[in-house]
Amino acid sequence: MNLASRDIRHNFGRFVLTTIGVGLLLMLVMGMGGIYRGLVQDATLLVDRIDADIWVVQKDTRGPFAEISRIPANMEDRVRAVPGVLTSRGFVSTTIQRERDGQPLRITVQGLSWPEDRGQWLPIIAGRALGQAHYEMIADAALKLPLGEKVKLGKDTYTVVGQTRAMVAPNGDAMAFFTHRDAQAIQFDLPGEAIRLERSARYDRAARIDLGRSQPQVIERSLGPSSAIPALGPPVISAVLVKVRPAVDPNQVQSVIARWPDVSVYTSDGQRQLLVSGMVDKSRRQLGMFRMLLIIVSGIIMALILYTLTLDKLHDIAMLKLMGARNGVILGLILQQALLLGCLGYVVAYMVGQWVFPWFPRRVVLTPEDLWLLGGVVVGISILASLIGVIKALRVEPNEVLA
Amino acid sequence: MNAGTNKGDAVLEAGHLTKIYGAGHTEVVAVSDATLTVARGEVVALLGPSGAGKSTLLTLIGLIMPPNAGRIAIGGTVVFENNQTWVNVRRFRRQHLGFVFQKANLIPFLTAAENVRLAMEINDHPWRVAKHRAMELLDYLGVGERAGHLPSKLSGGEQQRVAVARALANRPSMILADEPTAALDSVRGRQVMELFRKVAHEQNAGVIVVTHDHRALDVFDRTLEMEDGRLRIANVSARNPESRSGV
Repeated sequence: MNLASRDIRHNFGRFVLTTIGVGLLLMLVMGMGGIYRGLVQDATLLVDRIDADIWVVQKDTRGPFAEISRIPANMEDRVRAVPGVLTSRGFVSTTIQRERDGQPLRITVQGLSWPEDRGQWLPIIAGRALGQAHYEMIADAALKLPLGEKVKLGKDTYTVVGQTRAMVAPNGDAMAFFTHRDAQAIQFDLPGEAIRLERSARYDRAARIDLGRSQPQVIERSLGPSSAIPALGPPVISAVLVKVRPAVDPNQVQSVIARWPDVSVYTSDGQRQLLVSGMVDKSRRQLGMFRMLLIIVSGIIMALILYTLTLDKLHDIAMLKLMGARNGVILGLILQQALLLGCLGYVVAYMVGQWVFPWFPRRVVLTPEDLWLLGGVVVGISILASLIGVIKALRVEPNEVLA
Repeated sequence: MNAGTNKGDAVLEAGHLTKIYGAGHTEVVAVSDATLTVARGEVVALLGPSGAGKSTLLTLIGLIMPPNAGRIAIGGTVVFENNQTWVNVRRFRRQHLGFVFQKANLIPFLTAAENVRLAMEINDHPWRVAKHRAMELLDYLGVGERAGHLPSKLSGGEQQRVAVARALANRPSMILADEPTAALDSVRGRQVMELFRKVAHEQNAGVIVVTHDHRALDVFDRTLEMEDGRLRIANVSARNPESRSGV
């Protein structure tokens, strides 16, 4: 006869409520683990998806995700000339915040190297990749911008032509993909008044120097757009993504480019490592420590619950002893309930989590490995938590029935 | 003092039992040099005022607490002698002893039938056998139709009868009852006492009943009395033990 199941049947309502409570607690542990895993995955998502062997970034910087990286756009052509390079494409990354329907809208703007890169590699769940050089965008579903939506960014309006899922930057903001010219336009957009003031200042500077006085065309051009003035700095991009030819060792190409004095070079693994160990390291460790605390708190709470359940049954346990029941019968009663409580709590945690986690602002990633590990931890907690109750039960004297 | 029996086939032989609580100036002698013998099929009443040591004597015989001195043999097996317990007390209790108390002490989350079955299952009886025997006993005690009910749904008398069924489940050689009728009215109290007599005779078990109920003393074969931890014979019933039926 299974005493644990009989006891649960008798106190079914209390057991259900206790299980839900434990389940919600375990859901927090599960969620914390999922946030931890999501943070790491988000940090490396683009690096993993973008399918580049080598990242070329501004000298002595850690790449566009870790800090500001600016290299000239013509770096794309210089890299392409290196032996062993199959493709090189510019990459622009910047985060902007605009207002939409009265709500802040944060977008991590990613520039793709049109026309080679149209975003075909993205996990597009609706619509299509970029089809023209300007005014189109692929937005992540988290931005809640439907297909065909017109979004004004800077001075231009962009149409959402495709939607991705779970494409978020390491800081948790959803990504939107543009051609890198459009991305630059968004990145370096200035208000009309600022442009007018800059042109006016430029005109005054040109008028004061001999070159301006001797060559009227210089003064004339100083009133035009910056891009039309070769003497001004060339447009900048965040990084150049390199794909090496098959059978070529990326480290070999990396060592060639690394000798250039104006850039730093990372393999994709290096870039991934930089992101995990640098950018999200503190958050990752903080979440890990908080998760540990939650596990300890869960263990203590479960121990208290199981101890209380055991206290309620002390008289019955004394009676069982008086009837001559073996310790195994009494241990079974407590341990089976503890394990059932833990396991059902785990199921509640998983089911409620499946419903709740998608509403979280950042991704909560539950991997099978993490779920198995937590399952093992729950079994361990259940056994450990029942120990206090077991010790109490084993100390009960049968003559307490007479009390 | 020896409170002996006039029957030869003794199921309980307890000699010079002493139980002392505390030590020094807080020492209390609960049972002092008590010797008694109970024959198979014999029903013995144990009387005495509160604090006389009746329940303590019962817990010593029931191997719930060890005595400070003395000897106990049950069913021919010496279980306590020379300040040492010679058997696995829990195994011995489940195989040879049955208990009934003032409160039924049924496991509240088990039905009446399950309470009886449990006693057998922890004594390694197959569940089918236990189930059959439980129903047989409950029917025998007149609560068969209440077998599927939880204790909270049973009256006090019904609960006590289920407790008796549980005590009888393993066919114990000794049944120990501590004021089993205290919570019952006089009619039901007498019914329970007569039940003890019936099962003692039919199962050939020895029964000791601690009671304050003097109205049902005619049910017992012998009456013993305790006072200040000492045991003495109060009365030998007119009943003829030799006329009892066997198992």
